[in-house]
Amino acid sequence: MEDEMMDEEVIKKFLYVNRKAPYGTVYALESLEVVLIGAAFDQDVSLAFIDDGVYQLKKDQNTSVDAGAGMKNFSKTYRALEAYDVEKLYVDKKSMDERGLSVDDLLVDVEILDEAKMAEMMGQQDVVLSF
Amino acid sequence: MLHTVNKSPFEKNSLETCLRLASAGNAILLFEDGVYGAVKGTRFEPTVSNALTNNKVYVLVSDLEARGMNTDNVIDGIETVDYAGFVDLVADNKSVQSWL
Repeated sequence: MEDEMMDEEVIKKFLYVNRKAPYGTVYALESLEVVLIGAAFDQDVSLAFIDDGVYQLKKDQNTSVDAGAGMKNFSKTYRALEAYDVEKLYVDKKSMDERGLSVDDLLVDVEILDEAKMAEMMGQQDVVLSF
Repeated sequence: MLHTVNKSPFEKNSLETCLRLASAGNAILLFEDGVYGAVKGTRFEPTVSNALTNNKVYVLVSDLEARGMNTDNVIDGIETVDYAGFVDLVADNKSVQSWL
């Protein structure tokens, strides 16, 4: 009986909402850390990039000491998410458009959602974590 | 006088208020998340381009590069500076106003 309960898998839908630019605050990096920790629990994970969160996925980030900023460039980690079965990355179309960005500017494959689709996806979640 | 803006124009109104209240001839430096205001193609490009008629606008190049952009992405008329240029701007101006 106890074993049966232990084996019973509860898979919840987790959504991480990212709305901050990558280096000005620590939110983006912290979100990524939580996503990676959460990935160990085999849940159904989605990531949404809205407002300045879209900037987290900008290609060609160079934070090296030589370039000047001297910070950890965590943008490559988004490309590794696939290996942790985190494959559902959604970008808000309006946020991308008003920043003059297109899918070609992003370092990972994402699904672009309009407001109706984004709202629908959010409504399907069990847990929503905001950063 | 030098004005500095280090917040994204999409997240805070620091840049808009700075541009609204800066006197003609004042220098404006965009750094950290403020560099998004210097980039071509955003919703804020017309506002920033307009400011260039009365003010010199500078952007810190290392903060641009950290965020995946470079000199090519910057609105025409905005000057890129490195850290030494940042120091020169502070030294050359009588006062600095930081729009946080």
